[in-house]
Amino acid sequence: MVQTKEKTNMTHAIDMGAANRAPQTRRLEDEKIALTVRDLSLYYGDKQALKSINLQIPEKRVTAFIGPSGCGKSTLLRCFNRMNDLVDTARIEGQLLLGDKNIYDKDVDVARLRRRIGMVFQKPNPFPKSIYENVAYGLRLAGITKKRTLDETVEWALKGAALWDEVKDRLHDNALGMSGGQQQRLVIARSIAIKPEVLLLDEPASALDPISTLKIEELINDLKNDYTIVIVTHNMQQAARVSDYTAFMYLGDLVEYGATDKIFTVPEKKQTEDYITGRYG
Amino acid sequence: MASPNNRYDTHISAQYNAELEDVRQRVLAMGGMVEHQVTRAMQALLEIDADLAREVIENDHRVNGMEVHIDEECSRILARRQPAASDLRLIVAVIKTITDLERIGDEAERIARMSLDLGELDAPRGPHFEIETLGRQVQTMLHDVLDAFARMDPDAALAAAQHDIRIDREYESIMRQCITFMIEDPRSISRVFDIVWSLRSLERIGDHARNIAEYVIYFVHGKDVRHISLEQVAEELGAEPIRKD
Repeated sequence: MVQTKEKTNMTHAIDMGAANRAPQTRRLEDEKIALTVRDLSLYYGDKQALKSINLQIPEKRVTAFIGPSGCGKSTLLRCFNRMNDLVDTARIEGQLLLGDKNIYDKDVDVARLRRRIGMVFQKPNPFPKSIYENVAYGLRLAGITKKRTLDETVEWALKGAALWDEVKDRLHDNALGMSGGQQQRLVIARSIAIKPEVLLLDEPASALDPISTLKIEELINDLKNDYTIVIVTHNMQQAARVSDYTAFMYLGDLVEYGATDKIFTVPEKKQTEDYITGRYG
Repeated sequence: MASPNNRYDTHISAQYNAELEDVRQRVLAMGGMVEHQVTRAMQALLEIDADLAREVIENDHRVNGMEVHIDEECSRILARRQPAASDLRLIVAVIKTITDLERIGDEAERIARMSLDLGELDAPRGPHFEIETLGRQVQTMLHDVLDAFARMDPDAALAAAQHDIRIDREYESIMRQCITFMIEDPRSISRVFDIVWSLRSLERIGDHARNIAEYVIYFVHGKDVRHISLEQVAEELGAEPIRKD
Protein backbone atom coordinates (compact mmCIF):
# COMPACT_ATOMS: atom_id res chain seq x y z
CA MET A 1 0.00 0.00 0.00
CA VAL A 2 2.97 2.26 0.71
CA GLN A 3 3.70 2.42 -2.98
CA THR A 4 0.16 3.44 -3.88
CA LYS A 5 0.14 6.22 -1.32
CA GLU A 6 3.39 7.66 -2.61
CA LYS A 7 2.00 7.61 -6.11
CA THR A 8 -1.09 9.48 -5.01
CA ASN A 9 0.98 12.17 -3.35
CA MET A 10 3.07 12.63 -6.45
CA THR A 11 0.01 12.93 -8.62
CA HIS A 12 -1.22 15.71 -6.38
CA ALA A 13 2.08 17.54 -6.53
CA ILE A 14 2.05 17.56 -10.32
CA ASP A 15 -1.66 18.15 -10.54
CA MET A 16 -1.56 21.42 -8.62
CA GLY A 17 -5.17 21.30 -7.65
CA ALA A 18 -8.42 21.26 -9.48
CA ALA A 19 -7.83 24.56 -11.30
CA ASN A 20 -5.40 22.99 -13.75
CA ARG A 21 -7.37 19.83 -14.34
CA ALA A 22 -9.47 20.85 -17.29
CA PRO A 23 -7.71 21.62 -20.56
CA GLN A 24 -7.83 25.31 -21.28
CA THR A 25 -10.69 25.86 -23.67
CA ARG A 26 -11.53 29.34 -24.77
CA ARG A 27 -14.46 31.04 -23.13
CA LEU A 28 -16.57 33.67 -24.83
CA GLU A 29 -16.92 35.51 -21.51
CA ASP A 30 -13.19 36.22 -21.52
CA GLU A 31 -13.15 37.68 -25.02
CA LYS A 32 -13.42 41.19 -26.32
CA ILE A 33 -16.42 41.30 -28.63
CA ALA A 34 -16.07 42.72 -32.14
CA LEU A 35 -19.52 42.10 -33.57
CA THR A 36 -22.84 41.54 -31.86
CA VAL A 37 -25.84 40.05 -33.61
CA ARG A 38 -29.05 40.88 -31.79
CA ASP A 39 -32.41 39.31 -32.65
CA LEU A 40 -31.48 39.30 -36.30
CA SER A 41 -34.08 37.93 -38.70
CA LEU A 42 -33.82 37.97 -42.46
CA TYR A 43 -36.56 37.30 -44.98
CA TYR A 44 -36.23 36.55 -48.67
CA GLY A 45 -39.73 37.64 -49.69
CA ASP A 46 -42.04 35.58 -47.47
CA LYS A 47 -39.43 33.04 -46.60
CA GLN A 48 -37.62 33.53 -43.31
CA ALA A 49 -33.96 32.62 -43.82
CA LEU A 50 -32.64 33.71 -40.41
CA LYS A 51 -34.70 33.28 -37.27
CA SER A 52 -33.89 35.79 -34.58
CA ILE A 53 -30.19 35.08 -34.34
CA ASN A 54 -28.25 36.19 -31.25
CA LEU A 55 -24.50 35.83 -31.39
CA GLN A 56 -21.29 37.55 -30.39
CA ILE A 57 -18.18 37.43 -32.55
CA PRO A 58 -14.99 37.77 -30.49
CA GLU A 59 -12.20 40.08 -31.62
CA LYS A 60 -9.03 38.62 -33.16
CA ARG A 61 -10.40 35.12 -33.13
CA VAL A 62 -11.62 32.82 -35.86
CA THR A 63 -15.32 32.06 -35.71
CA ALA A 64 -16.69 29.37 -38.00
CA PHE A 65 -20.27 28.93 -39.16
CA ILE A 66 -21.15 25.36 -40.03
CA GLY A 67 -24.38 23.67 -41.05
CA PRO A 68 -26.01 21.95 -43.99
CA SER A 69 -26.80 23.78 -47.23
CA GLY A 70 -29.62 26.25 -46.82
CA CYS A 71 -29.15 26.62 -43.06
CA GLY A 72 -28.49 30.33 -43.38
CA LYS A 73 -24.79 30.45 -42.60
CA SER A 74 -23.79 32.30 -45.77
CA THR A 75 -26.80 34.58 -45.44
CA LEU A 76 -25.72 35.45 -41.92
CA LEU A 77 -22.13 36.03 -43.04
CA ARG A 78 -23.32 38.35 -45.79
CA CYS A 79 -25.28 40.37 -43.24
CA PHE A 80 -22.00 41.43 -41.64
CA ASN A 81 -21.07 43.70 -44.52
CA ARG A 82 -24.56 44.25 -45.87
CA MET A 83 -24.12 42.16 -48.98
CA ASN A 84 -27.79 41.23 -48.67
CA ASP A 85 -28.62 44.85 -49.55
CA LEU A 86 -27.94 43.76 -53.10
CA VAL A 87 -30.79 41.23 -52.96
CA ASP A 88 -34.02 43.08 -53.74
CA THR A 89 -36.32 40.72 -51.87
CA ALA A 90 -34.21 40.58 -48.71
CA ARG A 91 -35.57 42.30 -45.62
CA ILE A 92 -33.82 42.52 -42.28
CA GLU A 93 -35.03 42.91 -38.71
CA GLY A 94 -32.93 43.24 -35.60
CA GLN A 95 -29.49 44.67 -35.06
CA LEU A 96 -25.94 43.95 -36.03
CA LEU A 97 -23.46 45.95 -34.01
CA LEU A 98 -19.88 46.67 -34.97
CA GLY A 99 -18.53 47.92 -31.68
CA ASP A 100 -21.69 49.65 -30.47
CA LYS A 101 -22.87 51.00 -33.83
CA ASN A 102 -25.69 49.22 -35.64
CA ILE A 103 -24.44 48.72 -39.20
CA TYR A 104 -28.03 48.77 -40.46
CA ASP A 105 -28.62 52.33 -39.21
CA LYS A 106 -29.65 54.71 -41.97
CA ASP A 107 -26.59 56.94 -41.59
CA VAL A 108 -24.10 54.12 -42.25
CA ASP A 109 -22.00 54.55 -45.39
CA VAL A 110 -22.00 51.05 -46.86
CA ALA A 111 -18.83 51.54 -48.92
CA ARG A 112 -16.96 52.65 -45.82
CA LEU A 113 -18.45 49.76 -43.82
CA ARG A 114 -17.12 47.31 -46.40
CA ARG A 115 -13.67 48.79 -46.04
CA ARG A 116 -13.86 47.93 -42.35
CA ILE A 117 -15.40 44.51 -42.96
CA GLY A 118 -13.80 42.80 -45.97
CA MET A 119 -15.04 39.69 -47.69
CA VAL A 120 -13.51 36.83 -49.62
CA PHE A 121 -15.69 34.51 -51.68
CA GLN A 122 -15.71 30.83 -52.54
CA LYS A 123 -14.30 31.30 -56.00
CA PRO A 124 -11.27 33.53 -56.24
CA ASN A 125 -12.25 36.65 -58.12
CA PRO A 126 -9.13 38.60 -59.03
CA PHE A 127 -9.56 41.46 -61.45
CA PRO A 128 -8.13 40.88 -64.95
CA LYS A 129 -5.19 43.10 -64.07
CA SER A 130 -1.67 42.63 -62.84
CA ILE A 131 -0.97 41.09 -59.44
CA TYR A 132 0.25 44.48 -58.26
CA GLU A 133 -2.81 46.34 -59.48
CA ASN A 134 -5.15 43.84 -57.88
CA VAL A 135 -3.71 44.55 -54.46
CA ALA A 136 -3.34 48.29 -55.09
CA TYR A 137 -6.92 48.59 -56.34
CA GLY A 138 -8.58 49.31 -53.02
CA LEU A 139 -5.81 51.69 -52.05
CA ARG A 140 -6.25 53.70 -55.23
CA LEU A 141 -10.00 53.78 -54.57
CA ALA A 142 -9.22 55.18 -51.15
CA GLY A 143 -7.29 57.97 -52.89
CA ILE A 144 -3.75 56.81 -52.28
CA THR A 145 -1.54 57.71 -55.25
CA LYS A 146 1.95 57.98 -53.80
CA LYS A 147 3.97 55.22 -55.45
CA ARG A 148 6.11 54.50 -52.42
CA THR A 149 3.10 54.04 -50.16
CA LEU A 150 1.48 51.82 -52.76
CA ASP A 151 4.63 49.71 -53.19
CA GLU A 152 5.06 49.29 -49.47
CA THR A 153 1.47 48.40 -48.84
CA VAL A 154 1.30 45.93 -51.75
CA GLU A 155 4.41 44.18 -50.44
CA TRP A 156 3.05 44.18 -46.90
CA ALA A 157 -0.31 42.77 -47.98
CA LEU A 158 1.24 40.08 -50.20
CA LYS A 159 3.54 39.07 -47.35
CA GLY A 160 0.55 39.02 -45.02
CA ALA A 161 -1.23 36.71 -47.42
CA ALA A 162 1.85 34.44 -47.61
CA LEU A 163 2.17 35.10 -51.33
CA TRP A 164 5.07 37.53 -51.61
CA ASP A 165 7.84 34.99 -52.09
CA GLU A 166 5.95 33.31 -54.89
CA VAL A 167 5.11 36.45 -56.86
CA LYS A 168 7.69 39.10 -56.02
CA ASP A 169 9.46 38.64 -59.35
CA ARG A 170 6.30 38.84 -61.43
CA LEU A 171 4.20 41.51 -59.81
CA HIS A 172 3.18 42.89 -63.18
CA ASP A 173 2.02 39.59 -64.66
CA ASN A 174 -1.69 39.14 -65.12
CA ALA A 175 -3.32 37.75 -61.96
CA LEU A 176 -5.47 35.36 -63.99
CA GLY A 177 -2.33 33.38 -64.82
CA MET A 178 -1.93 32.31 -61.20
CA SER A 179 -3.11 29.02 -59.74
CA GLY A 180 -6.46 28.89 -57.93
CA GLY A 181 -4.77 28.75 -54.53
CA GLN A 182 -2.56 31.70 -55.38
CA GLN A 183 -5.54 33.64 -56.72
CA GLN A 184 -7.39 33.07 -53.46
CA ARG A 185 -4.44 34.30 -51.44
CA LEU A 186 -4.19 37.28 -53.81
CA VAL A 187 -7.82 38.12 -53.09
CA ILE A 188 -7.08 37.89 -49.37
CA ALA A 189 -4.09 40.21 -49.91
CA ARG A 190 -6.40 42.61 -51.72
CA SER A 191 -8.79 42.49 -48.78
CA ILE A 192 -6.18 43.12 -46.12
CA ALA A 193 -4.41 45.86 -48.12
CA ILE A 194 -7.05 48.34 -47.02
CA LYS A 195 -6.59 47.19 -43.41
CA PRO A 196 -10.09 46.10 -42.46
CA GLU A 197 -11.00 45.11 -38.91
CA VAL A 198 -12.99 42.06 -39.86
CA LEU A 199 -12.46 39.51 -42.63
CA LEU A 200 -15.42 37.45 -43.80
CA LEU A 201 -14.46 34.27 -45.61
CA ASP A 202 -17.20 32.46 -47.48
CA GLU A 203 -15.97 28.93 -48.22
CA PRO A 204 -12.50 30.30 -49.02
CA ALA A 205 -10.91 26.92 -49.70
CA SER A 206 -13.70 24.84 -51.16
CA ALA A 207 -12.46 25.28 -54.73
CA LEU A 208 -8.84 24.55 -53.84
CA ASP A 209 -6.65 21.45 -53.72
CA PRO A 210 -5.62 20.10 -50.27
CA ILE A 211 -2.19 21.75 -50.22
CA SER A 212 -3.56 25.17 -51.21
CA THR A 213 -6.27 24.60 -48.63
CA LEU A 214 -3.66 24.03 -45.93
CA LYS A 215 -1.87 27.22 -47.00
CA ILE A 216 -5.09 29.18 -46.68
CA GLU A 217 -5.72 27.64 -43.26
CA GLU A 218 -2.19 28.49 -42.20
CA LEU A 219 -2.80 32.02 -43.43
CA ILE A 220 -6.03 32.27 -41.44
CA ASN A 221 -4.10 31.27 -38.36
CA ASP A 222 -1.57 34.09 -38.96
CA LEU A 223 -4.21 36.65 -39.85
CA LYS A 224 -6.12 36.24 -36.62
CA ASN A 225 -3.33 38.05 -34.79
CA ASP A 226 -4.52 41.23 -36.49
CA TYR A 227 -8.06 40.60 -37.69
CA THR A 228 -11.34 39.26 -36.52
CA ILE A 229 -12.17 36.42 -38.88
CA VAL A 230 -15.51 34.85 -39.61
CA ILE A 231 -15.49 31.83 -41.89
CA VAL A 232 -18.27 29.82 -43.47
CA THR A 233 -17.25 26.31 -44.39
CA HIS A 234 -18.83 23.07 -45.46
CA ASN A 235 -15.76 21.23 -44.37
CA MET A 236 -16.23 20.38 -40.71
CA GLN A 237 -12.66 19.25 -40.23
CA GLN A 238 -11.59 22.61 -41.57
CA ALA A 239 -13.80 24.39 -39.05
CA ALA A 240 -12.31 22.17 -36.34
CA ARG A 241 -8.77 22.96 -37.51
CA VAL A 242 -8.92 26.71 -37.99
CA SER A 243 -11.57 28.14 -35.70
CA ASP A 244 -11.63 29.15 -32.05
CA TYR A 245 -15.41 29.30 -31.92
CA THR A 246 -17.99 27.41 -33.91
CA ALA A 247 -21.63 28.18 -34.56
CA PHE A 248 -23.83 25.37 -35.83
CA MET A 249 -26.87 26.53 -37.79
CA TYR A 250 -29.83 24.58 -39.00
CA LEU A 251 -32.85 25.80 -41.00
CA GLY A 252 -32.23 29.44 -40.12
CA ASP A 253 -31.71 28.82 -36.40
CA LEU A 254 -28.51 29.13 -34.45
CA VAL A 255 -28.59 25.72 -32.78
CA GLU A 256 -25.37 25.84 -30.82
CA TYR A 257 -22.50 28.25 -30.44
CA GLY A 258 -19.38 27.81 -28.35
CA ALA A 259 -15.67 27.05 -28.18
CA THR A 260 -14.65 24.83 -31.10
CA ASP A 261 -12.91 22.37 -28.77
CA LYS A 262 -16.16 21.81 -26.96
CA ILE A 263 -18.42 21.66 -30.03
CA PHE A 264 -16.27 18.96 -31.60
CA THR A 265 -15.77 16.83 -28.50
CA VAL A 266 -18.79 17.36 -26.26
CA PRO A 267 -21.57 19.22 -28.09
CA GLU A 268 -24.59 20.17 -26.02
CA LYS A 269 -27.32 19.58 -28.59
CA LYS A 270 -28.26 16.37 -30.30
CA GLN A 271 -28.69 18.15 -33.65
CA THR A 272 -25.09 19.35 -33.45
CA GLU A 273 -23.88 15.91 -32.46
CA ASP A 274 -25.72 14.29 -35.36
CA TYR A 275 -24.40 16.80 -37.87
CA ILE A 276 -20.74 16.68 -36.89
CA THR A 277 -20.69 12.90 -36.56
CA GLY A 278 -22.40 12.49 -39.91
CA ARG A 279 -25.63 10.94 -38.72
CA TYR A 280 -29.17 11.16 -39.95
CA GLY A 281 -30.95 14.02 -38.19
CA MET B 1 -24.91 17.84 -23.33
CA ALA B 2 -26.19 15.66 -26.10
CA SER B 3 -26.63 12.07 -25.05
CA PRO B 4 -24.23 10.03 -27.13
CA ASN B 5 -25.45 7.61 -29.70
CA ASN B 6 -25.03 4.13 -28.34
CA ARG B 7 -26.15 2.65 -31.61
CA TYR B 8 -23.91 2.60 -34.57
CA ASP B 9 -26.49 2.25 -37.30
CA THR B 10 -27.38 5.91 -37.71
CA HIS B 11 -24.40 7.22 -39.65
CA ILE B 12 -24.99 8.23 -43.22
CA SER B 13 -22.01 6.03 -44.05
CA ALA B 14 -22.98 2.39 -43.53
CA GLN B 15 -19.32 1.41 -43.66
CA TYR B 16 -18.53 3.76 -40.76
CA ASN B 17 -21.37 2.23 -38.75
CA ALA B 18 -19.93 -1.19 -39.37
CA GLU B 19 -16.43 -0.12 -38.34
CA LEU B 20 -17.49 1.43 -35.03
CA GLU B 21 -19.78 -1.47 -34.20
CA ASP B 22 -16.99 -3.89 -35.01
CA VAL B 23 -14.56 -2.12 -32.69
CA ARG B 24 -17.11 -2.11 -29.91
CA GLN B 25 -17.84 -5.83 -30.36
CA ARG B 26 -14.14 -6.62 -30.29
CA VAL B 27 -13.66 -4.77 -27.02
CA LEU B 28 -16.55 -6.71 -25.53
CA ALA B 29 -15.01 -9.95 -26.75
CA MET B 30 -11.65 -8.96 -25.28
CA GLY B 31 -13.34 -8.02 -22.01
CA GLY B 32 -15.05 -11.40 -21.89
CA MET B 33 -11.78 -13.16 -22.53
CA VAL B 34 -9.92 -11.20 -19.85
CA GLU B 35 -12.69 -11.86 -17.34
CA HIS B 36 -12.42 -15.57 -18.12
CA GLN B 37 -8.64 -15.42 -17.63
CA VAL B 38 -9.06 -13.85 -14.18
CA THR B 39 -11.67 -16.40 -13.14
CA ARG B 40 -9.51 -19.32 -14.22
CA ALA B 41 -6.35 -17.85 -12.71
CA MET B 42 -8.15 -17.58 -9.37
CA GLN B 43 -9.39 -21.14 -9.73
CA ALA B 44 -5.87 -22.29 -10.49
CA LEU B 45 -4.56 -20.44 -7.46
CA LEU B 46 -7.16 -21.74 -5.01
CA GLU B 47 -7.03 -25.32 -6.21
CA ILE B 48 -3.30 -25.27 -6.97
CA ASP B 49 -4.11 -26.59 -10.42
CA ALA B 50 -0.92 -26.48 -12.47
CA ASP B 51 -2.52 -27.49 -15.77
CA LEU B 52 -5.10 -24.76 -15.52
CA ALA B 53 -2.42 -22.24 -14.50
CA ARG B 54 -0.34 -23.13 -17.57
CA GLU B 55 -3.39 -22.72 -19.76
CA VAL B 56 -3.99 -19.23 -18.38
CA ILE B 57 -0.36 -18.29 -18.96
CA GLU B 58 -0.52 -19.74 -22.46
CA ASN B 59 -3.67 -17.77 -23.30
CA ASP B 60 -2.26 -14.38 -22.37
CA HIS B 61 -0.77 -13.86 -25.82
CA ARG B 62 -4.28 -14.05 -27.28
CA VAL B 63 -5.33 -11.15 -25.06
CA ASN B 64 -2.25 -9.22 -26.21
CA GLY B 65 -3.08 -9.98 -29.82
CA MET B 66 -6.59 -8.61 -29.38
CA GLU B 67 -5.20 -5.39 -27.93
CA VAL B 68 -2.90 -4.89 -30.90
CA HIS B 69 -5.66 -5.63 -33.36
CA ILE B 70 -8.16 -3.22 -31.80
CA ASP B 71 -5.48 -0.55 -31.54
CA GLU B 72 -4.80 -0.84 -35.25
CA GLU B 73 -8.46 -0.65 -36.05
CA CYS B 74 -8.82 2.50 -33.95
CA SER B 75 -5.84 4.14 -35.72
CA ARG B 76 -7.43 3.32 -39.03
CA ILE B 77 -10.73 4.88 -38.03
CA LEU B 78 -8.97 8.00 -36.72
CA ALA B 79 -7.05 8.36 -39.97
CA ARG B 80 -9.90 7.69 -42.34
CA ARG B 81 -12.95 9.05 -40.57
CA GLN B 82 -11.69 11.83 -38.31
CA PRO B 83 -14.41 11.01 -35.80
CA ALA B 84 -15.92 13.84 -33.78
CA ALA B 85 -18.00 14.22 -30.63
CA SER B 86 -19.33 10.89 -29.27
CA ASP B 87 -17.63 8.89 -32.03
CA LEU B 88 -14.33 10.47 -31.06
CA ARG B 89 -14.96 9.83 -27.39
CA LEU B 90 -15.80 6.20 -28.17
CA ILE B 91 -12.47 5.69 -29.94
CA VAL B 92 -10.54 7.42 -27.16
CA ALA B 93 -12.37 5.36 -24.54
CA VAL B 94 -11.70 2.14 -26.47
CA ILE B 95 -7.98 2.83 -26.93
CA LYS B 96 -7.63 3.41 -23.19
CA THR B 97 -9.91 0.55 -22.16
CA ILE B 98 -7.97 -2.07 -24.07
CA THR B 99 -4.73 -0.96 -22.41
CA ASP B 100 -6.28 -1.61 -19.01
CA LEU B 101 -7.80 -4.88 -20.20
CA GLU B 102 -4.41 -6.02 -21.41
CA ARG B 103 -2.88 -5.18 -18.02
CA ILE B 104 -5.65 -7.11 -16.28
CA GLY B 105 -4.69 -10.01 -18.51
CA ASP B 106 -1.08 -9.65 -17.34
CA GLU B 107 -2.19 -9.71 -13.71
CA ALA B 108 -4.20 -12.88 -14.37
CA GLU B 109 -1.08 -14.42 -15.84
CA ARG B 110 0.90 -13.37 -12.76
CA ILE B 111 -1.66 -15.00 -10.46
CA ALA B 112 -1.41 -18.18 -12.51
CA ARG B 113 2.39 -18.15 -12.08
CA MET B 114 1.95 -17.79 -8.32
CA SER B 115 -0.26 -20.85 -8.43
CA LEU B 116 2.57 -22.79 -10.10
CA ASP B 117 5.01 -21.50 -7.46
CA LEU B 118 2.72 -22.49 -4.62
CA GLY B 119 2.32 -25.95 -6.09
CA GLU B 120 6.08 -26.50 -5.88
CA LEU B 121 6.33 -25.38 -2.26
CA ASP B 122 6.10 -27.77 0.61
CA ALA B 123 4.99 -25.50 3.40
CA PRO B 124 1.96 -24.92 5.60
CA ARG B 125 -1.12 -23.26 4.17
CA GLY B 126 -1.24 -19.49 4.11
CA PRO B 127 -4.31 -17.21 4.30
CA HIS B 128 -6.19 -18.96 1.53
CA PHE B 129 -9.73 -18.19 2.48
CA GLU B 130 -9.12 -14.44 2.52
CA ILE B 131 -7.73 -14.31 -0.97
CA GLU B 132 -10.78 -16.17 -2.18
CA THR B 133 -13.03 -13.43 -0.77
CA LEU B 134 -10.96 -10.67 -2.31
CA GLY B 135 -10.84 -12.56 -5.61
CA ARG B 136 -14.61 -12.84 -5.68
CA GLN B 137 -15.02 -9.12 -5.03
CA VAL B 138 -12.58 -8.22 -7.78
CA GLN B 139 -14.29 -10.57 -10.23
CA THR B 140 -17.68 -9.06 -9.43
CA MET B 141 -16.32 -5.57 -9.92
CA LEU B 142 -14.69 -6.47 -13.24
CA HIS B 143 -17.88 -8.12 -14.40
CA ASP B 144 -19.99 -5.08 -13.47
CA VAL B 145 -17.57 -2.67 -15.13
CA LEU B 146 -17.56 -4.66 -18.36
CA ASP B 147 -21.32 -4.82 -18.22
CA ALA B 148 -21.45 -1.03 -17.79
CA PHE B 149 -19.12 -0.72 -20.78
CA ALA B 150 -21.32 -2.96 -22.91
CA ARG B 151 -24.36 -0.84 -22.12
CA MET B 152 -22.39 2.41 -21.87
CA ASP B 153 -24.19 3.07 -18.61
CA PRO B 154 -22.38 5.73 -16.53
CA ASP B 155 -24.42 5.09 -13.39
CA ALA B 156 -23.60 1.41 -13.45
CA ALA B 157 -19.96 2.33 -14.12
CA LEU B 158 -19.89 4.62 -11.08
CA ALA B 159 -21.54 1.97 -8.92
CA ALA B 160 -18.98 -0.60 -10.07
CA ALA B 161 -16.08 1.80 -9.50
CA GLN B 162 -17.20 2.16 -5.91
CA HIS B 163 -16.32 -1.50 -5.31
CA ASP B 164 -12.74 -0.38 -5.60
CA ILE B 165 -12.89 1.40 -2.23
CA ARG B 166 -13.97 -1.80 -0.49
CA ILE B 167 -11.41 -3.84 -2.37
CA ASP B 168 -8.60 -1.51 -1.32
CA ARG B 169 -9.71 -1.68 2.29
CA GLU B 170 -9.99 -5.47 2.17
CA TYR B 171 -6.58 -5.68 0.53
CA GLU B 172 -4.92 -3.71 3.32
CA SER B 173 -6.53 -5.80 6.01
CA ILE B 174 -5.49 -9.11 4.38
CA MET B 175 -2.00 -7.72 3.96
CA ARG B 176 -1.80 -7.13 7.70
CA GLN B 177 -2.93 -10.69 8.30
CA CYS B 178 -0.22 -11.92 5.96
CA ILE B 179 2.40 -10.04 7.89
CA THR B 180 1.12 -11.58 11.12
CA PHE B 181 1.34 -15.03 9.52
CA MET B 182 4.94 -14.46 8.57
CA ILE B 183 5.89 -13.15 12.00
CA GLU B 184 4.24 -16.03 13.77
CA ASP B 185 5.59 -18.74 11.52
CA PRO B 186 8.70 -17.87 9.51
CA ARG B 187 8.41 -21.22 7.69
CA SER B 188 5.34 -19.79 5.96
CA ILE B 189 7.19 -16.79 4.51
CA SER B 190 7.76 -18.07 0.98
CA ARG B 191 4.19 -19.32 0.71
CA VAL B 192 2.66 -16.15 2.14
CA PHE B 193 4.83 -14.15 -0.21
CA ASP B 194 3.23 -15.81 -3.22
CA ILE B 195 -0.14 -15.01 -1.73
CA VAL B 196 0.92 -11.40 -1.21
CA TRP B 197 1.90 -11.11 -4.87
CA SER B 198 -1.47 -12.52 -5.88
CA LEU B 199 -3.25 -10.10 -3.58
CA ARG B 200 -1.31 -7.30 -5.13
CA SER B 201 -2.40 -8.47 -8.59
CA LEU B 202 -6.03 -8.59 -7.51
CA GLU B 203 -5.80 -5.08 -6.11
CA ARG B 204 -4.28 -3.89 -9.38
CA ILE B 205 -7.11 -5.52 -11.35
CA GLY B 206 -9.52 -3.48 -9.22
CA ASP B 207 -7.63 -0.31 -10.15
CA HIS B 208 -7.69 -1.14 -13.86
CA ALA B 209 -11.41 -1.93 -13.68
CA ARG B 210 -11.98 1.42 -12.04
CA ASN B 211 -10.11 3.11 -14.90
CA ILE B 212 -12.42 1.42 -17.40
CA ALA B 213 -15.43 2.66 -15.42
CA GLU B 214 -14.00 6.17 -15.74
CA TYR B 215 -13.70 5.81 -19.51
CA VAL B 216 -17.38 4.83 -19.67
CA ILE B 217 -18.25 8.01 -17.78
CA TYR B 218 -15.99 10.00 -20.12
CA PHE B 219 -17.67 8.51 -23.18
CA VAL B 220 -21.18 9.27 -22.01
CA HIS B 221 -20.72 12.62 -20.26
CA GLY B 222 -17.58 13.92 -21.94
CA LYS B 223 -16.15 14.50 -18.46
CA ASP B 224 -12.71 13.44 -17.42
CA VAL B 225 -13.13 12.01 -13.94
CA ARG B 226 -9.65 10.58 -13.46
CA HIS B 227 -7.56 11.43 -10.42
CA ILE B 228 -10.44 12.69 -8.36
CA SER B 229 -12.22 10.91 -5.53
CA LEU B 230 -15.33 8.89 -6.25
CA GLU B 231 -17.27 11.32 -4.05
CA GLN B 232 -16.29 14.13 -6.41
CA VAL B 233 -17.18 11.99 -9.43
CA ALA B 234 -20.63 11.31 -7.99
CA GLU B 235 -21.06 15.00 -7.31
CA GLU B 236 -20.03 15.98 -10.84
CA LEU B 237 -22.46 13.52 -12.33
CA GLY B 238 -25.21 14.55 -9.95
CA ALA B 239 -25.41 10.94 -8.74
CA GLU B 240 -26.23 9.57 -5.28
CA PRO B 241 -23.45 10.13 -2.76
CA ILE B 242 -21.37 7.10 -1.91
CA ARG B 243 -22.29 5.03 1.10
CA LYS B 244 -19.39 4.55 3.45
CA ASP B 245 -20.01 1.00 4.55
